[in-house]
Amino acid sequence: MEQLVKLIPLFPLISFAIIALMNRRLSKPQAAVIACIGVLLSFIDSAVVFQSQLQSFHPVEVKVFDWIIAGNFNASFSFLVDPLSSIFLMVITGVGFLIHLFSVGYMKDDDGMRRFFAYLNLFIFFMLVLVLGNNFLVMFIGWEGVGFCSFMLIGFWYKDNKNNDAAKKAFVMNRIGDLGFLIAMCLIFFNFGSLNYSTLFSPGFLAESSVSTETLTLITFCLFVGAMGKSAQIPLYTWLPDAMAGPTPVSALIHAATMVTAGIYMVARTNVMFSLTPDTMTLVSIIGIATALLGAVIGLFQNDIKKVLAYSTVSQLGLMFVALGVGAYTAAVFHVVTHAFFKALLFLGSGSVIHAMGGEQDIRVMGGLKKKLPITYLTFLIGTLAISGIPPLAGFFSKDQILSEAFAHNKILFALGLLVSLMTAFYMFRLFFLTFHGSFRGTHDQEHHLHESPMNMTLPLIVLAVCAAFAGFIGVPHVIGEGLGLHNLFESYLSPVLGVSSSHIEASVEWMLMGLTTVLIVMVILYARHLFVSKNYVPESDSHMKGSFKKLAYGKFYVDEFYNKVFTQPLDKISLFLEKGIDIPVIDGMVRGIGKLTQGLASIARKIQTGNTGYYAIAFVFAILLLFIFFI
Amino acid sequence: MQNLHGIPINYYVILSTALFCVGALGVMLRRNAIIIFMCVELMLNAVNLLLVAFSSYFGDSQAQVFVFFIMAVAAAEVAVGLAILIMIFRNAGTSDTDVLTKLKW
Repeated sequence: MEQLVKLIPLFPLISFAIIALMNRRLSKPQAAVIACIGVLLSFIDSAVVFQSQLQSFHPVEVKVFDWIIAGNFNASFSFLVDPLSSIFLMVITGVGFLIHLFSVGYMKDDDGMRRFFAYLNLFIFFMLVLVLGNNFLVMFIGWEGVGFCSFMLIGFWYKDNKNNDAAKKAFVMNRIGDLGFLIAMCLIFFNFGSLNYSTLFSPGFLAESSVSTETLTLITFCLFVGAMGKSAQIPLYTWLPDAMAGPTPVSALIHAATMVTAGIYMVARTNVMFSLTPDTMTLVSIIGIATALLGAVIGLFQNDIKKVLAYSTVSQLGLMFVALGVGAYTAAVFHVVTHAFFKALLFLGSGSVIHAMGGEQDIRVMGGLKKKLPITYLTFLIGTLAISGIPPLAGFFSKDQILSEAFAHNKILFALGLLVSLMTAFYMFRLFFLTFHGSFRGTHDQEHHLHESPMNMTLPLIVLAVCAAFAGFIGVPHVIGEGLGLHNLFESYLSPVLGVSSSHIEASVEWMLMGLTTVLIVMVILYARHLFVSKNYVPESDSHMKGSFKKLAYGKFYVDEFYNKVFTQPLDKISLFLEKGIDIPVIDGMVRGIGKLTQGLASIARKIQTGNTGYYAIAFVFAILLLFIFFI
Repeated sequence: MQNLHGIPINYYVILSTALFCVGALGVMLRRNAIIIFMCVELMLNAVNLLLVAFSSYFGDSQAQVFVFFIMAVAAAEVAVGLAILIMIFRNAGTSDTDVLTKLKW
């Protein structure tokens, strides 16, 4: 068992090493096969470990090696397998493998395919380290590692400077969050003397420690800042939409299914601390709902297929934080799982569409792709229905759980959450109808080029569609489950780590909420259908856009420009001042001055060196004579 | 004044001092590298003479051993020094030390 756990992250690391070291000596298909096998083996391994977790429920700690031992500080490189990490293992390796498979077809014409698979494998490795880590330090390795891989993959097509800018932006934004995480780690160590989960989260440890609530609030706040960066929450969310500059499978894997959920994982992992600090919890839910709303509103007006999905991801992550904020950790993790399935499906579907369109991403020039891409159409439909929350698809159960938990906690939070869900349904179906229905609006060449993706790309779509359709049944809410004899497996599986949600609402109220939500969502979908199918409405081109709010939302509320004005430009100015005003005259001046002084003195002193042997001899003799006189 | 084989020790001292001064002045004033070189030898031998004289005077043979050593080393030095001088002459076409000032600033 212990060996199996160690092997999980090792497989992708080995395949990464093989591809990276052999590079050009491997053919492209060989590199792809090695990468896929690495992740597949890891997935099988994870499945075995998951299976044993299902039976035993006993957390398994595996020490790989002693890492840092200094004084009373002791951090070993060790792994922890418990229900929470095992679920993440399954999602990461499972979805990861499918996306690897998809990439084989998607990237087959790209020169950098080997590099691509090497990074992708490295990413899987770091992500596994992140969720498997048994203390904060190991999690931090994974945390930084996935950030690095994300950076490399966003800027994968590095010849276009726009992509490099996006990569840098993602990296810097993440760095701000990482600083929060780092500070939190230091605070935890100073106050508790340990970074191990098993010590920190053992029952009663935090409650019995003499650390004040204020300190604990500070710690959780700093942790949440870290989560904000990684999981793209206000105010650090702007990197995620730009991260779509990377290849589409990367968007699916890193910027939708796995890496961005690391923040959720971290908060869920440290739920014991968060539960003790209601102030931070309130902040988490406020930030979460604000992000969810903002992402959804911007998503309503975007015309780039990947941008819509990106803002949708921001919005869904916001909903997960709402769940975390109201203490419904299980609901958040459940939504992570279902979201991983349907969002990966949607991104891969969009990848298939972009592939067929020859790189075009603007939905205004698509349309009528239904006949040409039947499999993509069907799977995309399932994904869209799932994210909209139509029963009995996966998104319905997880979203419903979050909404009912929010309702039990705060009615306003519920209302806003419902609004977000309705907007989600609208922009997703707007995207769906504009892409697949109506008639084709692109050029003749593009129409000619349209084709269904090959088997190795559609297969992952089909598998993900099945998951997106049925994954919800692992977490059927009690009110429905009782009637059907279904138990909420997900909640009971995770309860040792995350506890059981304390909030209970009347069964009748819950039924009503469910019905209300579903009816409203269906109405929104019908309205979208009316608008985009019956009336054939197509968003106007950028220059003809009317309505100031629309422009504002299409311009993403100009948050980037605002950040640019408020943070980047002043920083540039300060840097410029420091360079021109301090660095060059003062510091460089000092260094250069010393050099100049030496040179000046030397130019005088070197006159002595005439090169004439006679002078040297005379100087020599007189010096000796002087010495004689001096000593005698 | 004590005598050494009938010659007072003072004379030896004066002779070797004179020889040494001639050598030193030669080194300082002459321009030709070969002459300078010979003057260096002169200084060396002036010292040798003094050593031998005092050795005999004190009846101590240690200084004579010293002189042998100095002569052996001087022979080696002459071999190397002359070789260098020849190379200089071949490359520069002259052995005038006023011309050979390449190492100045």
